Amino acid sequence: MTTRHIAAARCGLTLCHDCGLLTRLAPLAHEANCPRCGARLHFRKPAAIARTWALLIAAVVLYIPANVLPVMYTSSLFGAQRDTILSGVVYLWISGSWSLAILVFVASIAVPMLKILALVFLLLSVQFHSTWQPKQRAKIYRVVEFVGRWSMLDIYVITILVALVQFDALATIKAGPAALAFGAVVVLTMFAAMAFDPRLIWDTAEGRHVQAS
Amino acid sequence: MSRPPEPPEPDALPEAVAVRRPRWRLQLVWLVPLVAVLIGVSLAINAILERGPIITLSFKTGEGLEAGKTKIKFKNVDIGVVDHVTLSKDHSRVIATAELTKDAANMLVDDTRFWVVRPRIAGGTVSGLGTLFSGSFIGMDVGKSTKKRRDYTGLESPPVFASDVPGRHFVLKSEDIGSLDIGSPVYFRRLQVGQVTAYELDQDGKGVTVKVFVNAPYDQYVNDDTRFWQASGIDVSLDSSGVKIDTQSLVSILSGGLAFETPPDSASRPAAVANEQFVLFHDRADSMKRQDRIVDTYILDFKKSSVRGLTVGAPVDFHGIVVGEVAAIDTRFDPVAKEFSIPVEIRFFPERFTSRYRSGEKGGRATSNKKELLAWMVDHGFRAQLRTGNLLTGQLYVALDFFPNAAKAAVDWNQSPIELPTVPGGLQPLQESVENLLAKLNKVPIEAIGNDVRQTIRDTNTLIKRLDTEVTPEARAALSGVREAVDSANRLLQPDSGLQQNTGDAMRELSRTAAAFRTLADYLERHPEALIRGKMEDKK
Repeated sequence: MTTRHIAAARCGLTLCHDCGLLTRLAPLAHEANCPRCGARLHFRKPAAIARTWALLIAAVVLYIPANVLPVMYTSSLFGAQRDTILSGVVYLWISGSWSLAILVFVASIAVPMLKILALVFLLLSVQFHSTWQPKQRAKIYRVVEFVGRWSMLDIYVITILVALVQFDALATIKAGPAALAFGAVVVLTMFAAMAFDPRLIWDTAEGRHVQAS
Repeated sequence: MSRPPEPPEPDALPEAVAVRRPRWRLQLVWLVPLVAVLIGVSLAINAILERGPIITLSFKTGEGLEAGKTKIKFKNVDIGVVDHVTLSKDHSRVIATAELTKDAANMLVDDTRFWVVRPRIAGGTVSGLGTLFSGSFIGMDVGKSTKKRRDYTGLESPPVFASDVPGRHFVLKSEDIGSLDIGSPVYFRRLQVGQVTAYELDQDGKGVTVKVFVNAPYDQYVNDDTRFWQASGIDVSLDSSGVKIDTQSLVSILSGGLAFETPPDSASRPAAVANEQFVLFHDRADSMKRQDRIVDTYILDFKKSSVRGLTVGAPVDFHGIVVGEVAAIDTRFDPVAKEFSIPVEIRFFPERFTSRYRSGEKGGRATSNKKELLAWMVDHGFRAQLRTGNLLTGQLYVALDFFPNAAKAAVDWNQSPIELPTVPGGLQPLQESVENLLAKLNKVPIEAIGNDVRQTIRDTNTLIKRLDTEVTPEARAALSGVREAVDSANRLLQPDSGLQQNTGDAMRELSRTAAAFRTLADYLERHPEALIRGKMEDKK
């Protein structure tokens, strides 16, 4: 049923992302500018797969220090302490705040992890020209894009704590290197999701190979 | 669907087609993961480089040790954290694994020490109060060795001093530990100059080895002739010189301590090296006694006299100077002569004859030819004698002296140790004469004498009785006669008695006669012729 859809690219048409002007592009043209607003025109996001991969790999690499290194240094009268994300979750779980533990676990560990896995899956399926469940994959993509920014919750909490808890000798909280890495992971996965072009799912699903350069 | 396809063709506006290095852009995107990898790798390398040595510490108890929390501190600076705490395989000890910072690696040498800092109150000192709030931590003291080490046995109590404190360790051998403990003070002229750092029982169980540390400026006063003694508590001794009480400071009375002193004779000797071994004496007198490096052993055989009151360690005295001590007292039986004897072994310190006022080298022997001197001395009556040092306690000592009248004796040079001749003790001749006296007294017929005495008393009794019955009445009669005579005499002498008046009259008559004579005499003087012519008539 999807085969009956006409793709714009197939007709040599494209839409300017900035001013919405429909233009005709020379087939197989690599680069063009919108004749009206001068924005760059392309049938598909340029180098979508490569960019997504690049950002994704960067995110995966940074995901390791984000979880291994301490995210927060707490020093108080009774000694200093360094916490990683996971040790925080474990602490919350042991101390009985299960709901909070689950919340932090989901927001800080599970979501970035699942996001990365989902993008990897989407990329691989596109690269291997899979025709499996394009609608589900499109849904996955939408969820990934939507959920991305919420992972920054952790960073917000830490930055607020760092700003608020500065009582010199009594208690001080400092952000650790993992906070930076974690923020980078979140940002990178968001960019990766943006760099990915969901239309590629449909291109392969409908058996058309549009040169997207 | 039908409308849109038409307009595209005229509307189509082919714009400037700029074919520009798509490859380059592609590479630009790949810079992001490259940077991420670089960051990741640098972090990893950093982590690996920063990763300090991992050490294992074994403690008797895990009190205060918490995995991931307990810090290891050196000079109160964090240098590591205990990672996990487990039990040893035989469950006898607690093994704490700790990761230290990288720069701590060169501090992990063979004699580095670790201990758990907890609040402690011991021996008058309070320490580690800060850990009441912050929780225990593991203290560390860096050793001086260069040998690396990774597994340590933690100390049960904090070391007494840090190893970078200047000073020296000395090893003391003692019979028992006394009231010493780790941290007990070491005194020099009643100044606290060090502390006991360790003690242990010797392998053979026959003594105790005590390690002491003497702080830097004072360790120079320790030389190889320095004496250490127990200054613990109050030292009360009773010997032939009487009762003696010796103490150091009040703290040492309560918690024990050590003291050391160098005899003035050897004060100029070079300072002792670290870890030199000394004997730990029981008291000061004991320690100062044995300053002699040359020791001669002699045997004294006090034939037939009791050595009761003579103890091992009793002084050997020469003209009041202690020149040795009794080393052993034995009994000996001569199977040939069937004779018992009590050989007393003495240690004789020849240096004491020479050390004080001789110029030149101190110590040493008075002569190089010991035999000749001793033979000469014995020839001139040099003998040993048991004397009573303290009449109250009956303690004996050995006196060496010259007895010119002593029986001739010779020294047997083949014997070892050499036996010195003896003379009977100071009280012994007295004792003998008392015995003789008693023997003579024994011969006196006390019973007969008693009987005689009783007879005499009886006779005396009868004599007295006779006096009572016969002489006394006579005497009483005689006395009353005498009283009567006195009474009558009294009566005669009364003023109103007739005799008295007659006498008075007679006296008056006599004085008148005398007056008459005087007149006559006067007259005769003036008129001597009256004697012939007679008295002349008065001229009228």
